[in-house]
Amino acid sequence: MAHRLSLREAAENIRQRKLSSVELVQALHTRIRKIEPKLEAFLHDDFDLAVKQAAQRDAQPADGPLHGVPVAIKDNISSAGRPCTCASMMLKDYVAPYDATVIRKLETAGAVVFGRLNMDEFAMGSSTENSAFQKTKNPWDLARIPGGSSGGAAAAVAADECFGALGSDTGGSIRQPAAFCGCVGLKPTYGRVSRFGLVAFASSLDQIGPVTKTAYDSALLLNAISGVDPMDSSSLPQPVPDYTKYLGRDIKGLKLGLPKEYFIEGLDPRVKQVIDQAIRHFGSLGAKLVEISLPQTPHAVATYYVIATAEASSNLARYDGVRYGLRTEKPGDVLDMYFRTRAEGFGPEVKRRIILGTYVLSSGYYDAYYLRAQKVRTLIRRDFEKAFTQCDAILTPTSPTVAFKFGEKTDDPLQMYLADIYTIAVNLAGICGISVPCGFVEKPARLPVGLQILGPAFGEPIILQVAHAYEQSTPWHLEKPNL
Amino acid sequence: MSTNNSGKKIDVAYVAQLARLELTGEERVRLAGQLDRILEYVDQLRQLNVDGIEPTAHAIPQVNVFRSDEARPGLPLKEALKNAPQRMNDLFVVPKVVED
Repeated sequence: MAHRLSLREAAENIRQRKLSSVELVQALHTRIRKIEPKLEAFLHDDFDLAVKQAAQRDAQPADGPLHGVPVAIKDNISSAGRPCTCASMMLKDYVAPYDATVIRKLETAGAVVFGRLNMDEFAMGSSTENSAFQKTKNPWDLARIPGGSSGGAAAAVAADECFGALGSDTGGSIRQPAAFCGCVGLKPTYGRVSRFGLVAFASSLDQIGPVTKTAYDSALLLNAISGVDPMDSSSLPQPVPDYTKYLGRDIKGLKLGLPKEYFIEGLDPRVKQVIDQAIRHFGSLGAKLVEISLPQTPHAVATYYVIATAEASSNLARYDGVRYGLRTEKPGDVLDMYFRTRAEGFGPEVKRRIILGTYVLSSGYYDAYYLRAQKVRTLIRRDFEKAFTQCDAILTPTSPTVAFKFGEKTDDPLQMYLADIYTIAVNLAGICGISVPCGFVEKPARLPVGLQILGPAFGEPIILQVAHAYEQSTPWHLEKPNL
Repeated sequence: MSTNNSGKKIDVAYVAQLARLELTGEERVRLAGQLDRILEYVDQLRQLNVDGIEPTAHAIPQVNVFRSDEARPGLPLKEALKNAPQRMNDLFVVPKVVED
């Protein structure tokens, strides 16, 4: 039953020598063998490598905060000697030649890197249906998607296939799957965590963050991975506090903002009911609820899909069949090699975004689309700056719906994009956010709902404090799917 | 311009050339329809007054991030070539790019 432990409990068990690191890795492996045929959350099994590392940990003094604890990794974060496919045919046989900074940092904290998690191809999507390799199921209802793009991470954590995982979030890719699977997902402030070794999707929006069973575990992982990195010039030199120190502090008197633009049409009434109840609960904990306004909200999705696709089209130009990744069979000349390699290597959503991004950057359209979107991005940032003068943190739904069924939105990309409404402005503004389980919709299936708590830049202490206070006074995070 | 793979707003065949991405006729038609709808939606940004607003390239801007100008080891040759689709004599092999 060791697989049911939280990350914190796993670490304590190792420190107290009640369990060894090898035993933890083996417990997860047993669980994975049992559950994976149903769930398909993992792309690669690196059990042998993990056991070797765990055995080394068992021979060392348990001095790191994550000593001996296995942590699973989304398949777009490089770990030397392991595959890093981004769930794309383009990188099907690619093996990372170096470690991402977050992997080094996890290992410095004593963690064992174990398992590569499924995702939407190149992190583009909201359902993990865009994986070129397999469809990860939602542990609460196997007929439904787990969310995305970090769908493998959220499903694996919710199903006790790992104690915690690292995902990446460009427009909600950690928070939305965490909400759909009933776990905790945190998107750090832009620059809080190094992106070195994260396969680039949209460089001004991407952040790596934890997917965990509890808010405390989220703080533990954030402690390990945060900090400035000379290998990522966009990482910021702000000191890294011990985030667990903020947990357990009273939230009485804290001002929690409710953006009026977030509680309108499009929000599933069943989800709204659950969120309203969570908000009332904060009132009963002594927080002050204040209405705030984020007037640019209706323009966030349009702004995001211009900026994110523009950056993606540029970042994905590197997949040309020359130095690594797929190369088409028997190319005629270099141009033919580029065109056919990219046609064969990329899936439909990636192609759609490359074309859209190339278009908005192309001569004659740059000012009308890309530059204009960057200016609206400034207005969106200002909305949040103003809001945080009126409140300490903001409460919103994480997603307007619960997890949907496979295939429900695949033919209508715009509908899929519009569902990102509550998460994407956070990336555009560069601030931090966390999604925590806050209840269930009961029909037609019992499905988790996520509450999103937003903080200002470097406001991770406050969102973790609020998340932990909520979690400690509600039972939702303890519920497990019936697998 | 208005062939069936060119939408009202976007000429998919032309943009695909720019992106070095081969598309089938069917893909072009489907993308033209989907991207037209997405671009119609994005056009809401044109209604906004952004006069005098500075563009945001990075949400938390930094200037002059310098590091010391010192040589340091990079990826070893063997590692850098390990994922190459085709290699010879410690080089990447590509189709011929110069005329005889």
